[in-house]
Amino acid sequence: MIPLSHFLIISACLFCIGLYAVLTKKNAIQILIGIEFMINAAVLNFVAFGKFDKVNGGGQLFALFAIVLAAAGVAVALAIILNVYKHFKTIDPSKINKLKD
Amino acid sequence: MNTEQLIFYFFAALLLTSALMVVAMQNLVRSIFLFFVALFSLAALYVFALADFIAITQVVIYVGGVLVLMLFAFMLSNKELLNSLHPIKTSFKFYQLTGIFICLAFLFILVSLNLQIDFSGLNWIKSSTNIKEIDNTTHNIGILSMTRYLLPFEVLSVFLMMALIGAAHLARKDKKT
Repeated sequence: MIPLSHFLIISACLFCIGLYAVLTKKNAIQILIGIEFMINAAVLNFVAFGKFDKVNGGGQLFALFAIVLAAAGVAVALAIILNVYKHFKTIDPSKINKLKD
Repeated sequence: MNTEQLIFYFFAALLLTSALMVVAMQNLVRSIFLFFVALFSLAALYVFALADFIAITQVVIYVGGVLVLMLFAFMLSNKELLNSLHPIKTSFKFYQLTGIFICLAFLFILVSLNLQIDFSGLNWIKSSTNIKEIDNTTHNIGILSMTRYLLPFEVLSVFLMMALIGAAHLARKDKKT
């Protein structure tokens, strides 16, 4: 039996790694990977607490919903990245500084 | 330390090292494939939290869907990205130092908060019914998603269709230009 706090510490570490990627990376796809890490850390928390909720199953159900939401988000984000690449010929977020033409 | 704990900490170490390498790697293709390793070991940790269905979903959706999408995006926007295959020798920048500092501060807050709480003494954990190893969680999830969580389930399906249509609309070739 793994204690709950170990799950939480692992997910805190994963969240901070994702935060670092979002803060410092110069490539939109790597920033997206960082966001995925943060979402996965949240899902790990959901699942770890869901162990104590057998009757309602809230933790596991919402972990499932969060995974599906993350997948939908990635699909849209990658389509946007491709469009940005077509328009600006770069995917470095710090070089993309114009909104509409 | 028994076998269960040994395997758990092995996968936890694998997850954290591969995640750190994903972030530290200059080469984008290598970091995407290491992301794959991180997601697999995360699925292993879900099994230890007694959520086997979530672990399978993680493998199917992330490894089967998200990773393939990322590789596609990489292939389609390769002209700029292939330049980053030859890592530019950059010195340690100031913004990276700031990023590391912010992350470590945040990690300190989360971990110290975590160590202060006595989880086994909380009332709702004491009064809860735990999931046992022999329980059929997949059966439970199936029934709950059709009864108690029917509204979020349906909202999610509509949202998924919206995201699909939106992504297809964004990615399609414009005929006018």
